[in-house]
Amino acid sequence: MPLDASLAGRTFPATAPYDVSREKLVEFAAATGTSYDGGPAPATFPIVVAFRAMTALMQDPSVGIELHRVVHGEQRFLYTRPVVAGDVLTATLTVDSLRHLGGADILATRSEIVDAEGRAVCTALATLVHRGEGS
Amino acid sequence: MRSVAAGDELPEQTFTVTRADLVRYAGASGDFNPIHWSDRVAAAVGLPGVIAHGMYTMALAARAVDTWAGGPGQVLELGCKFTRPVVVPDDGTGVEVLVRGTVKGVTEDGVSLALEVTCGGQKVLGMPRAVLRG
Repeated sequence: MPLDASLAGRTFPATAPYDVSREKLVEFAAATGTSYDGGPAPATFPIVVAFRAMTALMQDPSVGIELHRVVHGEQRFLYTRPVVAGDVLTATLTVDSLRHLGGADILATRSEIVDAEGRAVCTALATLVHRGEGS
Repeated sequence: MRSVAAGDELPEQTFTVTRADLVRYAGASGDFNPIHWSDRVAAAVGLPGVIAHGMYTMALAARAVDTWAGGPGQVLELGCKFTRPVVVPDDGTGVEVLVRGTVKGVTEDGVSLALEVTCGGQKVLGMPRAVLRG
């Protein structure tokens, strides 16, 4: 079943506030082979927050995505500023577009990540490919 | 990156990826999809083996960019397509991912880099690119 066309343009509720701790940044940096020096987080760290917004989308029963059919097709980050320890971040996801191609649904999602004051930190653009049955 | 010019090639960087790295990345990122740690599940969905998280491979590209830039926090934009999976065997040795970069342009808006990320001689990311502060 293709996803409903009304999904395009839909904005989902903001994720619960995510407290960026120094220890989390140490852990994430170590997991990607670097060390955290107390300054800016590694560039791909915002995926941790964006992933929560994407997971909420994929688990929303009104959307109808089957998790095991989803492939991450493309990812872009546009940074207003680096993430730092002490940030409290939320992500608000919008489905910018929905296309059907070769039996799959191609969702272009945009997660706007903001700090506790609502100021922009990073925009995470993810293309999710929802494969059709039998593909 | 102030001293670079369009056309400059940046020093190639090689990273070894083992199964343990994927488990560690799963924990750090919160992405516990079993195709990144379970041979059984990977085979059941038709993959040639356990594959690295696309975001892990992208993180290695970002790591290379940070090294070229002299430290984190210089990236204004980072993007790629996930075109080919990086299969990571459970053999204690792992696989090597190579990251190359070429300076495409230097303007007041930043330094634009075209990356090439390969494993086993094949590109694993599509059109990876980054823009750094100038």
